Amino acid sequence: MRYQPLMPADRAQMLAVIGVDHVDDLFVDVPPVARLAGPVDLPAHASELAVERALGRMAGRNRVAGSGPFFCGAGAYRHHVPASVDHLIQRSEFLTSYTPYQPEIAQGTLQVLFEFQTQVAALLGLPVANASMYDGSTACAEAVLMAARVTRRRKTVLSGGLHPHYGATTHTLAHSAGIEVHRLAAAVDAEAAVIAAIDADTACVVVQTPNVFGSVTDVTAIAEAAHAAGALLVVVTTEAVSLGLLKSPGEMGADIAVAEGQSIGNGLNFGGPYVGLFACTEKLLRQAPGRLCGETVDAEGRRGFVLTLSTREQHIRRDKATSNICTNSGLCALAFSIHMSLLGGAGLATLARLNHARARRTRDALAAIPGVEILTPRFFNEFAVRLPRPAAEVVEALARWDVLAGVPFSRLDPAAGLDDLLLVCATETTTAEDIEALTEALSAEIAA
Amino acid sequence: MSPVNVGRPTRPLDSVDASVPAPRARGLQQEEPLIFDRGGWGKSGVDFETGGEDLSAPDLAGLERAGPVELPGLSEPEALRHYVRLSQKNHAIDLALYPLGSCTMKHNPRLGEKMARLPGFIDIHPLQPQSTVQGALEVMDTLAHWLKTLTGLPAVALSPKAGAQGELCGLLAIRGAHEARGDARSTVLVPTSAHGTNPASAAQAGYQLREIAQTADGRVDLTDLAARLGPDVAAVMVTNPNTCGLFERDVVEIARLTHEAGAYFYCDGANFNAIVGRVRPADLGVDAMHINLHKTFSTPHGGGGPGAGPVVLSAALAPYAPTPWLVHDEAGLRLEEHSRGEAAASQGRICAFHGQMGMYVRALSYMFSHGSDGLRQVAEDAVLNANYIKARLSGVMSAAFPDGPCMHEALFDDAWLEGTEVTTLDFAKAMIDEGFHPMTMYFPLVVHGAMLIEPTETESRRELDRFCDALLRLAAAVRAGDVERFRQAPVHAPLRRLDETLAARRPRLRWTAPAA
Repeated sequence: MRYQPLMPADRAQMLAVIGVDHVDDLFVDVPPVARLAGPVDLPAHASELAVERALGRMAGRNRVAGSGPFFCGAGAYRHHVPASVDHLIQRSEFLTSYTPYQPEIAQGTLQVLFEFQTQVAALLGLPVANASMYDGSTACAEAVLMAARVTRRRKTVLSGGLHPHYGATTHTLAHSAGIEVHRLAAAVDAEAAVIAAIDADTACVVVQTPNVFGSVTDVTAIAEAAHAAGALLVVVTTEAVSLGLLKSPGEMGADIAVAEGQSIGNGLNFGGPYVGLFACTEKLLRQAPGRLCGETVDAEGRRGFVLTLSTREQHIRRDKATSNICTNSGLCALAFSIHMSLLGGAGLATLARLNHARARRTRDALAAIPGVEILTPRFFNEFAVRLPRPAAEVVEALARWDVLAGVPFSRLDPAAGLDDLLLVCATETTTAEDIEALTEALSAEIAA
Repeated sequence: MSPVNVGRPTRPLDSVDASVPAPRARGLQQEEPLIFDRGGWGKSGVDFETGGEDLSAPDLAGLERAGPVELPGLSEPEALRHYVRLSQKNHAIDLALYPLGSCTMKHNPRLGEKMARLPGFIDIHPLQPQSTVQGALEVMDTLAHWLKTLTGLPAVALSPKAGAQGELCGLLAIRGAHEARGDARSTVLVPTSAHGTNPASAAQAGYQLREIAQTADGRVDLTDLAARLGPDVAAVMVTNPNTCGLFERDVVEIARLTHEAGAYFYCDGANFNAIVGRVRPADLGVDAMHINLHKTFSTPHGGGGPGAGPVVLSAALAPYAPTPWLVHDEAGLRLEEHSRGEAAASQGRICAFHGQMGMYVRALSYMFSHGSDGLRQVAEDAVLNANYIKARLSGVMSAAFPDGPCMHEALFDDAWLEGTEVTTLDFAKAMIDEGFHPMTMYFPLVVHGAMLIEPTETESRRELDRFCDALLRLAAAVRAGDVERFRQAPVHAPLRRLDETLAARRPRLRWTAPAA
């Protein structure tokens, strides 16, 4: 077995050193009733070649996003990632290290986390960022739990523009902790209904921009209303590239901002692993979930970095911890940080503008199709259209033309009564030929 | 925040600024500043194909930011240097034994990396039509089959993002099952030796905590457990093998008592690597158990993640598993993404999309490679290696539980350091100077000055001996009274000991521009 260095002779000699006759003697504490006599009923070990064949066959059964016209977004975005990013994250010292508990021999990971936190804070426009969460949806739920701790209130209001998976995740994780979760009705302009839902029991309101329908919103007025009621504003962004072009959540008054960082440095991966970005105001720091990396000095006064404020965390505070999170998304955060360092603020701005331009071009093409109505007036790289038929049907039909036309809203929320609504996304990877293929297929399908 | 140095040099070209300390580059060790310290404002290392698009006039109704985000950029050669230099300041399993008990730092097969990067896995969208991702669903279905077969439990929820989320998910299923019977219960019992995530997850699931006492031989105290069980107890959470590296030999009785009280038995499966292929948790009476794919099935830890924490469930708990559910129907495999139909009683979503696909592929690659025979060997060699270390070191260091074998990790206490003025921390830091990562320290909490050593099955006998020899030499130095060596350690690492108190007292969590 290629991963097992011990030879039979090693095992025999080691058993002799231990002073037992057989390896079974090391499993004596297992109750006899539970000792399996032989291997379980699964295939035996296999060569690299055989495993490559088996998994390669499964991979071959999937329609690769980059192999043809592709317009899916809704929380996961296809962007080009520079070749050097994937090379660097496969460096042994990054890939095969653990959480940096021993800072003297983990400065590589720690300095990256410090740089990551600085980048995330700048993008989200808030002074404090943590060292990553599992993904955007769980970061959103953690933000709600944190707001409840800070305000000592038990009610939270989720905008109808919030990604339904984020709403559902937040509901599951907050509800069990005794927090009342109010999800407002899904609508392209759902933010208009948020202020009326805030009351004196509200711990926080959660607003997404660009929202799940792609609509960009100025949340400043919502921030003011929330603050006037003693509540916090949580702003969610599922498309991190949009932060290169839009006002930051902090600039618009967010107390906590969370985002899905997948767009920068990370592939689609069928939904995970991704990387949650989490930032907040200075005042809220000690209630923040997750790891934090801080600057300090070593015994000779040289600058170094350590995990800090760990008295918030589960391994110290146990049931009183701010979160149960232990593992985070270290390697995805590294990929994010490398890609962000390559882009720089200037590159991110260009990338964002390019996304915006390609999406507008896609919008213009679709707007010309009879029966297609564009629903999102102002958007970044994604917008909603109304089709004359259920969107899920149209998407299935277009897949047979090898065009992945977008995400039917009913897939995210079948109960919303928005079955004719399709979410269409374009990025820098979208070509003029892709747009043409989509337009042609959609026109034909609708006319049929 | 964007200082740009332009104009005339401020000092002669052939002089250096004596007020700036010289960098400490020595041999292969490079000093590397933060990306923010090195300029690069306005620079970008990415070229774009703008294809004649007009990028100047966004249509955003005044919501565009005033200027680019103030972050520096790096060209590709600068980026490679920056990150390669940083990487060389990290210990890694590819460099030497990484004996962090409970964390399971074992070799990460590179085949998994190659497989996860196949375009058919890395470049597919979670919301593509399901007819276009049948291969991805086959990966999930096959992984589920292996996990169910290895644990003997009939259902598995794949989507938890890490072990702690698996715990929460298992507890929410337990809550669902109790509530469906109209039997709301308030309390979860956890041994003092448990991972911190156990009580934190129980609290997050809305339960109160009660601790269970431990026996002198490092196991759950059955008498104490029986006394604490009652109609308010929803679940008993026990790690098995436990955090002392011992198999709970009364585990069947623990399960029986738990069930008799109407509670569920949750097993923290962080240490499943010690028994995989030799013991099925279902045969022990376990109702729910998460499995850290990054531990037992060796998906890389990546400096802190990502992980994956699927949770296997008994038939009684399965209806409460989170969405999405993977179901077989006429058309093939299908994801039920909402709490309806067969998933009507589901606890709902615990994350967006379908969990950690990239980790599923790596874990499945590991499973296929090892097979049922190889996985059984994993458990045997992991336990053999730990007992070998325990045998070699026990004459000098004090084993916390000397009698009988340990499982996959060997636990020592600090009794052997008594009177030497060397602490567990000092000893661990001195290991760094010998080229090894320290073991897990001061955990579990039930053992004074704990040192928890987990070698895993992927260490050769030669590396185990190199490690034991190094520790024995250090122990000899302790006995010789060379206290200063331990207090000063490490001296050969990129940095000396760091001031953690300062970091916490005056938190500096991001770079800020120096005052002008």
